[in-house]
Formats: sequence, structure tokens, C-alpha cells
Amino acid sequence: MIRFDNVSKRYPGGKEALTRVSFDLAAKEMAFLTGHSGAGKSTLLKLIMLMERSSQGQVLVDGANLNRFSRRQIPAHRRKIGVVFQNHQLLFDRNVFDNVALPLMIAGYQHRDIGRRVRAALSKVGLSDKERQNPITLSGGEQQRVGIARAVVNRPPLLLADEPTGNLDPALSAEIMNLFLQFNQVGVTVLIATHDLELVRRLGKRQLNLSQGQLKGES
Amino acid sequence: MAAIQGATHTRMSHRLGAWLGHHREVAMKSLGELLSAWISSLMTWLVIGVALALPTLLYLIVMTVGDVSGDWDGRPRVSVYLKDEITAVAGQQLRDRLAAREDVTAATYVGADEALAEFQQHSGFGDVLDSLDSNPLPALVEVIPVRSEAGAVRLLVAALTAEAGVDRVVVDLEWIARLDSIVTLGERLVIALSSFLALGVLLSIGNTIRLAIENRRAEIEVVKLVGGTDGFVRRPFLYLGLWYGLGGALIAWLLIQASLLFLAGPAGRLLRSYGEQFVVTGLDPGVSMALLASGAGLGVLGAALAVRRHLHLIEPQ
Ligand SMILES: Nc1ncnc2c1ncn2[C@@H]1O[C@H](COP(=O)(O)OP(=O)(O)OP(=O)(O)O)[C@@H](O)[C@H]1O
Ligand SMILES: [Mg+2]
Repeated sequence: MIRFDNVSKRYPGGKEALTRVSFDLAAKEMAFLTGHSGAGKSTLLKLIMLMERSSQGQVLVDGANLNRFSRRQIPAHRRKIGVVFQNHQLLFDRNVFDNVALPLMIAGYQHRDIGRRVRAALSKVGLSDKERQNPITLSGGEQQRVGIARAVVNRPPLLLADEPTGNLDPALSAEIMNLFLQFNQVGVTVLIATHDLELVRRLGKRQLNLSQGQLKGES
Repeated sequence: MAAIQGATHTRMSHRLGAWLGHHREVAMKSLGELLSAWISSLMTWLVIGVALALPTLLYLIVMTVGDVSGDWDGRPRVSVYLKDEITAVAGQQLRDRLAAREDVTAATYVGADEALAEFQQHSGFGDVLDSLDSNPLPALVEVIPVRSEAGAVRLLVAALTAEAGVDRVVVDLEWIARLDSIVTLGERLVIALSSFLALGVLLSIGNTIRLAIENRRAEIEVVKLVGGTDGFVRRPFLYLGLWYGLGGALIAWLLIQASLLFLAGPAGRLLRSYGEQFVVTGLDPGVSMALLASGAGLGVLGAALAVRRHLHLIEPQ
């Protein structure tokens, strides 16, 4: 599903964030991306989303070489990927329902289908009773779950998350991770960047460990 | 096969329906935004309205003056003033003689009393004239020449001046020429003014849209992150531009109608004094439509320019 082939990424500032990274993530697999702060985890996820482009090497998603994608092809690519990114959280000018519905509106779904799918996604993250609320009235954990509902509402084959449990207490973190496990069980490929080594070890999934932009072993 | 085609067709029409529905939704939503912040919207609408009303009003005035000069155009009237001692009968005979000329299309005798009555009616100096003991106005024959070129008219004037009983011959040719250049000048003025003000409208809508884009940065980033196309991101701002332009044009329409009512009285009196009928009908539907269309067009164009400049700078980081 995702294949990195000797990928390096150097930012315009001159700093090399990723150095010759190669790995393969099979379809329906689930893996964690770990490493110290500044190791390059977010950069790796952004390459997959085409928010950044590799300086060297090739990134393949679903067999397609992202180096060859033009600007116009980016939206369709992104619609196939669900993302939970910390600095692209919810929009507070609309309610929970409309936040989760956004990817469906973009994909051109009909009103009827939108309602059905949004409610299914919200019930999956346990927030069925909050759809009319403004997300600003929700707790951190609830907001995070709305973000996850928005990421999965379009039923993408691939789900990326960048520190989805960042500011949550251990119980909430476990609950969120549990959601990702459930999506993986129904066949979604999942890649999660996280600092929470304790939680990763407990879940026993594949772990890609980055250090100074290099892939330092798997477990 | 037919079933598959049918299914594809249904899916396509669903897509189309969803697309149209989205357009309607975005259009209504952006209109709702403008109306809920109606004070600042009204400011923008007024700026655009004044900018659209000025050249349109000038255009209407130039067109009206053009109509007046158009009535006379090509048929200069030659006024042949008769000597005081010429009687009405002799005047009529002179009229018949002039009307029979090869180079005259028509000739009309206007007696001294008639001329006085006409003058009193149109000039507003009725009271002054009433206080005079005798009628100071001479009788005249109004002649319309066959050919209207300056040379031909000058020959005719010379010939008429030589007629017995004729005091003076006056042509309004110069006045027409002057009016013509005023109209031409006015038309140029309309074009120049419209261009400047259209540019002003574009810039002010562009700037308003730029602020709207800046205010919705977070939303734009999220939309792009979850796969919104450029068209999807652009759409609300283009509709915003449309509503700004259309609202401005509506304001302009109201301003013009009010101005026309305000000008109707004096303008009517002025034109009647030149023997013209003048009826204020307000903006005719053609001009109204053109006004609304140019407002809407400028709005969308201004928004499109702003979107082009600013939208691609916003990317999810
Ligand atoms: N837009 C950018 N321009 C320049 N340098 C950048 C940019 N983004 C990241 N970097 C640098 O690249 C390196 C990797 O950053 P990245 O955000 O991928 O790390 P990370 O593993 O996600 O860290 P954290 O755990 O703190 O989120 C860092 O040294 C960072 O300073
Ligand atoms: Mg990071």
C-alpha cells in the first residue's frame, strides 16, 4: 500500500529531515512510526499526503508513484486517505455533523448518503448524541474522536494519524488507539506517528523507528 | 448492458444533482454570511453602487442630449425673419414661394402673435412680455432645406437673404455642431469614467475577497487536506464576489432611479423650452439588465482575480 524507496527529504532551509528511508507497508497492515522529536515522523506522513515532495527517491501509494503527480491530481489522491493531523483540527464555525460531513461534500455525495455516513462514523467513535453541538463545547478526547470520524467517514483504504493521542490521558489514549485497531480489523491500512512507546509496545503492532531522519530498525 | 448503462446514467445524474445542490448551498450560504454581517456588507455595496451609478447616470444624460441633437441632425432649421411691414398675407405668399423652391423641403409661416405665444409658453418670460405694450417679435418663415451640408445651407441662406421683405436669416447649424461635439465628448467621458470606476470596483471587491480568504484560512487548509479541488475551494469566494457585485448594482439602480426623479422636473422644463418632449420613464429594462449584469460580472471577476492571487498561497502545513 505504501512503499518508500530510498527517500530523502531536504527542506529549503537546508536541513535534511529524512535520509534514505525505505520500507513497505502492505495493504490492511497497521504500523506505528516512532522516534524522538524532530526525527522526521511528520515529514514522512506529509510526503504520503503530498503536502511535501521528496528530494530524492520514490514514494509509492497504491502502486502510484507520487513523484509523477501534478498539482491537479493531488485532491483525488488525498480523498483516498483519511488523516488525523494535530494542526488541522476541527472548524469551530460549524457543528460536529458539518465537520464530519466535509469530506463527503467535497467528494460530491448526495444529502441522503451524507446523513447516513456521518451518523455511522459518529456512532463508531461514540459521539452519536453530539452531532448538533459545536466542537468547541467538547472535551479534548471528544474533539479528537470527531477528527477521527472525519478521517474515516469517506471509508478511505488508508488512514494516517500524527500523534492522535498527543494531549490525552492514558485511559483516553488507549480508547483512541482502540478505535484505530478496529478500523484496521475491517481492512483499513493504518500508519500512526506517536511518542507513546508504552502504548505501542502493549498493542504489539509493527513499529518503524526513526532517528535523525533515518530508519533505525523495526520491531 | 442496458441495466449497467442505466445505473451509470443514474449515478451521473446523482453526481450532477449533488453538484448543483452544492452550488445552490454555497450560493445561499455566502449570501447568508453577507446579510448577517449586513453593516459591513452595506458599506461595500454602497461603494460599488456609487461607482456603478455615476457612469450610468452620465450615460443616460448623454443619451438624452444625443436624442435631442439627433432630432435636428441633418435637418437644420433656417429661420427667415421678415421685415416689420410685411403683412400676414404677404408673409404667407412668401412662404408659398419659398416652399416651391427646389432646395427647400418644407416652409412654415409663423406670425408675430404666434411667435410671441410660443415664446411666452416655453421661455418663462411671460410676465415680462405682458408688461410690454407691443409685440417685439417679428414674423418668420421656418424653412427646412433639402441638403444639410454647410456649403449648400450657406448658398440657401444667401438666396433667402436676397428675397424681398426678408430682414435676417438665422441658421442653428453652429448650435447643432456644438451640441454634437458635446455629445461626443460626453460619450468619451462615459467610457473613461466607466473604465476608472470599473477598475475601482474590481480592486475593492478584490480586497474584500482577500480579507474573506484570510479569515477562512483554517477552513481552506482543512478542505485542501481532505481533498477539496481548487474549484471547490474557489466557489464560495466567487459567489461572495457575485453577491457583492449584484448588491452593488442594485444600490446603483436605486440611486439612479432616485436621481432621475430628482432631475425630471428641471430637465423637462429645459427640454420643453427647446420644443422637445421629455418624459422620464426611469431606467428601461435593457439598461437595468446591463447594469445588473456588469455589477455581477465585475463582482465575479474581482473575486476570481483575488482568488487567483491568494488561494494557492494557502496550503495545509
Ligand atoms: N517546513 C519545514 N521547513 C524546514 N524544516 C522543517 C520543516 N518541517 C520540519 N522541519 C525540520 O525537519 C525535521 C523533522 O521534522 P518533523 O516535523 O518531521 O519531526 P517529527 O518527528 O514529527 O517531530 P515531533 O515529534 O516533534 O513532531 C526537524 O528538524 C524540523 O525542524
Ligand atoms: Mg511531528
